[in-house]
Amino acid sequence: MAYAIESLIKIVVVLGGIMGTVAYLSLAERRISAFIQNRLGPNRVGPFGLLQPMADGLKFLFKEDVIPRHVSRVIYIAGPAAVFVPAFIGFAVVPFGDTLSLFGRTIQLQVADLNIGILYILAVSSLAVYGVVLGGWASNNKYALLGGIRASAQMISYELSLGLSLIGVLMITGSLRLNDVVTAQATHSLFGFLPRWNVFTQPLAFVIFTVASFAETNRLPFDLPETEQELVAGYHAEYSSMKFTMFMMAEYAHIITASAVIATLFFGGWHCPGIAPSDTTLAASLLKVLAFSIKTGFFLFFYIWMRWTLPRFRYDQVMRLGWKMLLPLALANVFVTGLILTLSR
Amino acid sequence: MEAFFFFLLAAIAVVSAILLVLFRNPVYSALSLVTTFFCLAGFFVLLDAYFLAAVQVIVYAGAIMVLFLFVIMLLNLGHPDAVEPGVTRYRRTSVILLAVMLLAEVGLMGARRLGAPAPEEGALFTENIPYIGRLLYTDYLFPFEVASLILLVALIGVVVLVKRQPEADGGPSAAETGTQEPA
Amino acid sequence: MAVPTSYYVILSAILFAIGVAGVLTRRNAIVIFMCIELMLNAVNLSFVAFARHLGHGDGQVFVFFVMAVAAAEVAVGLAIIIALFRNRQTVDVGEVNLLKW
Repeated sequence: MAYAIESLIKIVVVLGGIMGTVAYLSLAERRISAFIQNRLGPNRVGPFGLLQPMADGLKFLFKEDVIPRHVSRVIYIAGPAAVFVPAFIGFAVVPFGDTLSLFGRTIQLQVADLNIGILYILAVSSLAVYGVVLGGWASNNKYALLGGIRASAQMISYELSLGLSLIGVLMITGSLRLNDVVTAQATHSLFGFLPRWNVFTQPLAFVIFTVASFAETNRLPFDLPETEQELVAGYHAEYSSMKFTMFMMAEYAHIITASAVIATLFFGGWHCPGIAPSDTTLAASLLKVLAFSIKTGFFLFFYIWMRWTLPRFRYDQVMRLGWKMLLPLALANVFVTGLILTLSR
Repeated sequence: MEAFFFFLLAAIAVVSAILLVLFRNPVYSALSLVTTFFCLAGFFVLLDAYFLAAVQVIVYAGAIMVLFLFVIMLLNLGHPDAVEPGVTRYRRTSVILLAVMLLAEVGLMGARRLGAPAPEEGALFTENIPYIGRLLYTDYLFPFEVASLILLVALIGVVVLVKRQPEADGGPSAAETGTQEPA
Repeated sequence: MAVPTSYYVILSAILFAIGVAGVLTRRNAIVIFMCIELMLNAVNLSFVAFARHLGHGDGQVFVFFVMAVAAAEVAVGLAIIIALFRNRQTVDVGEVNLLKW
């Protein structure tokens, strides 16, 4: 019973955290893109533009919600919801801190401690295709359908590299639980001073996983499904007001989950280089949550930075990169990792 | 607790399966099948087969059904004008056949009374994934390698089956499968 | 209070029977294919139920192989359907009757 209440509180905290970050990520994107483009971005609404997301939310709430006549109504309305779900449930297995000793209880700072954590992340990321594809198809619009089909082809192509790059991490950790992945990285035994983060022991897997995450979240340079120039906004062309907002928010939620997963799997998650994992004081726990937030925040910045730096890939370039370059590299990574692990035993 | 989830998931699975057969639009049928697959993943979790539950979602719901939807949309079969009539032939025969099969099955199961399963000890339940992994690489190594060969053959076969023949006038005809490499 | 294994087997039989009904009654080749997948999944459920009943891992390993082979079969089957569609502009199995005597 107490466990149920504890889980419920954790779920509410995580949901609130992600939604708040989604709102401010939209502002961050506009400010950072503005600085990259040598201008200022929104800074009028509140100090430094901090109330801009509220203004945007209000604007979308008051817009007229148009449902065109010739769409498939049920799927049209379900599409935006189907995009949201994988982003939120993917965050359920991410440990955003170690343990918190509060009111005499030890609370695990992770919503669900599954023993198949890595597989669960793969499963959830493969569900992210549905919302995009169904939204594109339900709109009864050639451009939207093309956007949806391109999205599905791109996303299933990069799922393979995503999964294969994780096998290297799995071989080093020896367990599928994300807590084990983090504690395996929480030592300082690489070359004497470097923490044993997987970005140092599996650099190729890190690169492949990051590139594949960009493709999975439909984020530039892989955002062909929603190109402004070619497809008239692609799969969300026929959506207006709140449903369109939900697509946008779901994309940001996906980015947040992807950044959190990259930080957990490759950068040590909540491991803070100075603090031993056995330290369970309140200050240490909060510092670990802060470390996790900083790492995730860095990857959010990285996502935004890449969007406004790199040009967009063409469709055949996307396919060629996924199948002919990333997949063989991921397989080679598995092979080399296995070889090194066997020889070092 | 397990009984509650079993009956809930069973009801959803059976209803989605019936809808799969009855829907006239193939896209709706595909979505019903996705629902059934999720219910099956739930059953696998109830039966302590965690690895299989995850693989079910990854392979069936996440890849195979996306492929189905992709083909349906590519061939534009979900368009309201192109929807074929639903259940047409062998209606009476299939219902009679089904009823007979079901009665036989329930009768058999009722007579055999497969009761509660073995107590949950043993490596299968305590550490499901390492156990399955070990089985796959020791007792079942040969089928494992043969399965990978099957997948390779399927990969090659699909590419050969779907490849468009070059046009007689020598120009490339790849319009929708645009794999043009510009120098 | 675990659910008796016979319940899982009966459920598997129901799903299998619905799949058979679908294969017999539908005319769209892709929907027939989906009903075949439903049948395969019903059998998977039965395998896993028996694996838990007997305490062996063999049932689960077999399901793993069934999934792999089903994936290969879906790929090839859909490729055949696409090739068929390119030639006959239809996926209705009633219209693919050139070899009928």
